[in-house]
Formats: sequence, structure tokens, C-alpha cells
Amino acid sequence: MNDGIPQSDDGWTVAGRRFRSRLVVGTGRYKDLEETARAIEASGAEMVTVAVRRVNLSDASAPMLQDYVPPDRYTYLPNTAGCHTAQDAVRTLRLAREAGGWNLVKLEVLGPPPFLYPDMAATFEAAEALIRDGFEVMVYCADDPVAAKRLEEMGCVAIMPLGAPIGSGLGVANPFMIRAIIAQAKVPVLVDAGIGTASDAALAMELGCDAVLLNSAIAHARDPVRMAVAMKHAVIAGRAAFLAGRMPRSASADPSSPVGGLIR
Amino acid sequence: MSLHATATLRIEVNGEPREVPDGASVADLLALLNLAAPKVAVERNLEIVPRSAWAATRLAAGDRLEVVHFIGGG
Repeated sequence: MNDGIPQSDDGWTVAGRRFRSRLVVGTGRYKDLEETARAIEASGAEMVTVAVRRVNLSDASAPMLQDYVPPDRYTYLPNTAGCHTAQDAVRTLRLAREAGGWNLVKLEVLGPPPFLYPDMAATFEAAEALIRDGFEVMVYCADDPVAAKRLEEMGCVAIMPLGAPIGSGLGVANPFMIRAIIAQAKVPVLVDAGIGTASDAALAMELGCDAVLLNSAIAHARDPVRMAVAMKHAVIAGRAAFLAGRMPRSASADPSSPVGGLIR
Repeated sequence: MSLHATATLRIEVNGEPREVPDGASVADLLALLNLAAPKVAVERNLEIVPRSAWAATRLAAGDRLEVVHFIGGG
């Protein structure tokens, strides 16, 4: 491949774009933009999610995300956070495409609080409209293998089932369904939402995910920059463990030291 | 836009009422708002106004505009 990344490198590809880091991070919920920049740098992420919102007209000189997280260094993945209808999600991403000039987007259409669980009927509707309009859609979805397959067949470029509700930090609630989605997928699968700490991210990668997407686990840690480093290593470790193949589980002991030659 | 015009148009920008000089374009509005910055997108009455059309798109009374940019999000 001619993408500058050696073949021996364990990267992943989505919609023809290749990434070394298997960690995708959000840019929200930080104390300030300075902390955002330091945490993202420490995470090693190459792709970051961003939200689309009204410009504050009373203070047009306010610092902007782009000044701290430059889009020529990180791949911006605009999201539809806060959208509860297909129409709002499509409208938001058309504005994002105009603001940024790129087609790769994260679609999420959410059900009501308190769970903000993906609204799959609205997600299908929005995905169809976006794909018809030339977008490359990475889609947040339920941990439902049938829905995930349908989204892939519609042309979504990545399937991103939730580990647990957004911002909950509960980890991967249903690893069996995540594994089922991975087993049948021909496009990248990312666990998106629910990761709380490094072991959750490692587990997601051990299940065979291509990458993990998280935000609050870093931003709401007591020390976000340190947690960003932990997540970076967790994803690397989880991927390596997946590739290495874990040993079988056994209900009884199997000693590591030879049983012969014991002194009597 | 005509700087001598006294007539103004009432429009809405990001949900707030605004007055702009009669004949103002989208580009004029962004300049008035100090938003010549390249990284914003504009929607007028639910239709995207491409950057290439900012100068040529005249505002009309009652227009509803959204001016957005990227902020931190998950």
C-alpha cells in the first residue's frame, strides 16, 4: 500500500483512510480547550469527533476548537450529537460538510433520556438520506447484529455499536452481541460509548473491534491527560491480546511448573 | 451592499432578531458579525449557502439564518 504506513504496522482503514491509532476520541466535556488539546495529544488518537453548533454571535473572537485541535493534524469526524430526528441529523451533517469540506461523518440519532439509546428507525432513515447525498457514514447503533448488518448493506463505512449508554462509563455491557456484530461485519466495527476505564477499552479490543471511540472516560477522569495515556496503551494491549489469541479457560488448575522432579 | 441605504431588513440569525442594511448579502452579514473566519457554515431558510455563493446571495426580510462551526463534542 502506498499510504506511508509499513505493512507490518497494525493499522486500520475506514472509507479508504488509513489510521495507525485504534483510539478515536471525542473533544467534548473538557475543562477548557487547552486541556482538550493536551489530552488528545496524549491519547495518540488521529481521528477526533466534533460537534456542530451555532456560533456565539456575541463573542465572535472566542477561542475556537480548530486553534487547539488543528484539522490538518487530526481527522475531524463531525457528529450529530443531540439530534433526535433523522431530519435534524441530516441537516446538521450537511452544515458540517460545508464547514469542513469533508464527507466522513458520525451519524447518531438518539432516543429520549435517560438512556439516549440509538433510535434505529430514525438512524436507518438518516443513513439512507446521507449515503444518497454522498456522505461516508460511520454509524452509532444498537448492539443488534441484525440492525448492524442492515446498516452495512446500506453502505455505512463503519458500524459503531454502543458498549453502554453514552457517558455512563458502564463498560461493554453485552460483549457477546459485540462479538456477533464483529464476526459478521465486512466493514470496521468500533465500540462507541460506555467505556469507563482502560480495562473496558482493552476488553473491547480483545473482542476484535477495529477501534474504540470514547470521550467522557478521558474528559471526566480526575486526571484526563493521564487517562488519555492509559487509553492509548489499553487499546494497543487489547489489540495485541486479540491477535495473540487468549488461552482457553479451564474450571480447574493446570500448574505451570513441571510436576516431575519434585524432591521427596 | 449600499452603505448609504437607510432602509433595513429584519432577519433572524441563530434564533436572534437582527437588522441588516437593505441589499446586504450573506458575506456582508458575516462581516458585520465579525465572522469572516473561514470555518463557519451558513444555512438560509433551511438551505445551505455554499461559501462560493456568500457574496452573491442577497438577504431578504424574514430570512432565518443559521451560522455554525465545530466545537468540542463526543
